[in-house]
Amino acid sequence: MLAFLIQRVLQAIFVMFVVALISFSLFHYVGDPVLNMLGQEATEADRAALRAQLGLDQPVVVQFWQFVINAAQFEFGISYRSARSVSDLILERLPATLELAIISAIFAVVMGIVLGIYTAIQRGSWLSKFIMTASLIGVSLPTFLIGILLIYLFAVELGWLPAFGRGQVVDLGWWNTGLLTASGLRSLILPAITLGLFQLTLIMRLVRAEMLEVLRTDYIKFARARGLSKRVVNLRHALKNTLIPVITIIGLQLGTIIAFAIITETVFQWPGVGALFITAVRFVDVPVMAAYLMMIALVFVVINLVVDLLYYAVDPRLRVQGGGK
Amino acid sequence: MLRKTLLASAVAAAMVASAAHAETLRWTRSADSLTMDPHSQNEGPTHAVNHQIFDTLIYQDMDVEYQPGLATEWFVHGDDPHIWVFKIREGVTFHEGQALTADDVVFSLDRARHEHADMRGLLTSIKEVRAEDDTTVHVETHEPNPLLPNNLTNLFIMSREWAEEHGVEEPQNYAAGEETHAVRNANGTGPFRVVSREPDVRTVFERNDDYWGIDHYPMEITALIFTPIESAATRVAALLSGEVDLLQETPVQDIERLANAPGLKNEQGAENRTIFLGVDLASAELRSADTDDNPFADRRVREAIDLAVDQGTIRTAVMRGNAQPAGMIAPPFVNGYSAELDQVIPSDLVRANELMAEAGYGDGFRVSLQCPNDRYVNDEQICQAVVSMLSRIGITVDLIAQTRSLHFAELARGEYDFYMLGWGVPTMDSEYVFNYLYHTKEGDRGSWNFTGYSDERVDELTVAMGQETDEETRNEMISEAWQIVHDEIVYIPIHHQMLTWSMRDDIDFKVQSENTPHFKYLKFND
Repeated sequence: MLAFLIQRVLQAIFVMFVVALISFSLFHYVGDPVLNMLGQEATEADRAALRAQLGLDQPVVVQFWQFVINAAQFEFGISYRSARSVSDLILERLPATLELAIISAIFAVVMGIVLGIYTAIQRGSWLSKFIMTASLIGVSLPTFLIGILLIYLFAVELGWLPAFGRGQVVDLGWWNTGLLTASGLRSLILPAITLGLFQLTLIMRLVRAEMLEVLRTDYIKFARARGLSKRVVNLRHALKNTLIPVITIIGLQLGTIIAFAIITETVFQWPGVGALFITAVRFVDVPVMAAYLMMIALVFVVINLVVDLLYYAVDPRLRVQGGGK
Repeated sequence: MLRKTLLASAVAAAMVASAAHAETLRWTRSADSLTMDPHSQNEGPTHAVNHQIFDTLIYQDMDVEYQPGLATEWFVHGDDPHIWVFKIREGVTFHEGQALTADDVVFSLDRARHEHADMRGLLTSIKEVRAEDDTTVHVETHEPNPLLPNNLTNLFIMSREWAEEHGVEEPQNYAAGEETHAVRNANGTGPFRVVSREPDVRTVFERNDDYWGIDHYPMEITALIFTPIESAATRVAALLSGEVDLLQETPVQDIERLANAPGLKNEQGAENRTIFLGVDLASAELRSADTDDNPFADRRVREAIDLAVDQGTIRTAVMRGNAQPAGMIAPPFVNGYSAELDQVIPSDLVRANELMAEAGYGDGFRVSLQCPNDRYVNDEQICQAVVSMLSRIGITVDLIAQTRSLHFAELARGEYDFYMLGWGVPTMDSEYVFNYLYHTKEGDRGSWNFTGYSDERVDELTVAMGQETDEETRNEMISEAWQIVHDEIVYIPIHHQMLTWSMRDDIDFKVQSENTPHFKYLKFND
């Protein structure tokens, strides 16, 4: 068990290192931060001086090594754009992204499972057909378009919900939350739907397909033959067996939701880390970009590690270290 | 007599009532201020926020006229043309209570000239700043500099005492890796004070009731809330849904829609920015062209391009009317502007093709055009229009449209043949244009002259117009220089950008050409 764990952690560290290397070499193609940092009156000498000050005149390898050493100590430097500590910037904005991601994940999972079950059981009804057709839109429309359509409908035309921002937030010291105020909750609705819609349709289609599969199996037929009520057959016996692959997918999708929040956050001016990243890219704010990419890599690595460990706990075959063959 | 008094007191009462009435203004634009530190960034949105909190010695009002701020008077010293004298306003206090003295002005100018201050680029002519007494400051320049006051309009005055108390005598140093107190805190003398600030989210200001100009300006806003919104569609939606009251930088495609929306209106004006095309006219060979020489070196080719580019069509088809076709790289309110030179040469394809043939390029050639796609209004679309216009004189243009940070980095590295650029004139004087765009690229001058253009007479005139104190002689120099570069067709001007701000229709506020709103001027129509 310990050997397995160490092996997986070492793998995770290697993955982080590779992500850092790739993102770092990409930054070379994003442009020159110094041009954004200095006004148009700056001279070539001023630019060279700033470049030297930031260490940008060093070879990429040296810059990368410096970055790895600092990152290992959770030191990401100071933002070129706002002159503020990068760790502070990210920690300050992480609650907004996490709240949005978790609420959209809950929305997607609950609605996805409910609609999936419904469309599987009531396969022929017109409502099921309507839901299935509508879900195609959810899969095929890009997120920013869905966001803009929702804003125009619910904020501009109907005036029910705010078009942007996070509303009133409550500062708990270590966390700022929008979940405790009415305006915060109202502000959350549209972005959460926008972000969760794709996952919702994915989960719904998965649940439906699995459910249809399970409903055809023999033990469901036996359960029916035993005279169990439809409700018990569908919700207890069928649903339980449907959920195993669904849970795997949900786990993996949580990382995607956090990463994909970039677009939703930009459309709704949601003050999270995704919007921070987009602004950083535009400004070539290398320290912020690097820290963000490392953070996202870390999220994925951790989720995968947890999934691996769960498999290890569930599947006895993994525990036999090669010797069983 | 009695009636008059009654009337006067009624008017006074009404005025008191309107002043006491709490008015909130919610303001949005695409980008937030980068930092509260007034000297570390020389950037538009940052200055716009700082103008609400701080004062400058001299500022440009909503008509971009120069107005006294913390300086009540300024003039060149009678005995020495190297010295500018500034008389400092008396009885001004900072938001935290410190009294303003000449020493604070000296401190602020010195701080802005520090090597970590981005503002120092505007102050290179200064040799020394001295406080003669509590209300007089002498600024000594290396050479006589008639334009010094024009360079001070975004130079905010801080309190020395406050800076020393918080250890921010120097602007932010990026290499130090630590953020200073001044990045998030501000103590100015301006019309508004900061109540709270979350960068990129929301900044709340309240009216400074102790402002020195409280009786001089309308000052009707009691609370000002600034929320930057990056996405253009969301920004417009926020105004339409009534979540904000004033929108700076209305996207061109939404101008008409907002004009027709009930309860909203647009204000428009010329922006201090001219869009133009530049070519590499000095290299022996172009990088991207299929010729083994440099067609752009031939004036006839540049004239043909100028004739083929139809500024009127770009205005109507690409800009939906929101631009003013240009013949020179200076908007009308800049000193040295000439309506005659700003005339657009009418498109003439026959003549353009003749010129191409005369120059030996009758069969045309192929070249790349580099454009930003997120810097100027409809920049990429303008370039697309240029591509199709130039195809009619046989020039096959490959368009490279990319984000601004890549575009400007390539220009700075010299990797281009043909490019788009926009230019504003913050000093409101032609000298700025010649210094950066036309002077030979050498030393501190000509840093944005990517054409390779170099003319001895123009260089001479550029240096001289920066030092000549006699206005008439100076203006003659300026017009001579404009004539030379106009005849040479160094650049191909496209248009002066227009600026649109949209707002609730009960707001009385107009567009400022520097895109810097001074909210102390804003009035509400009841």
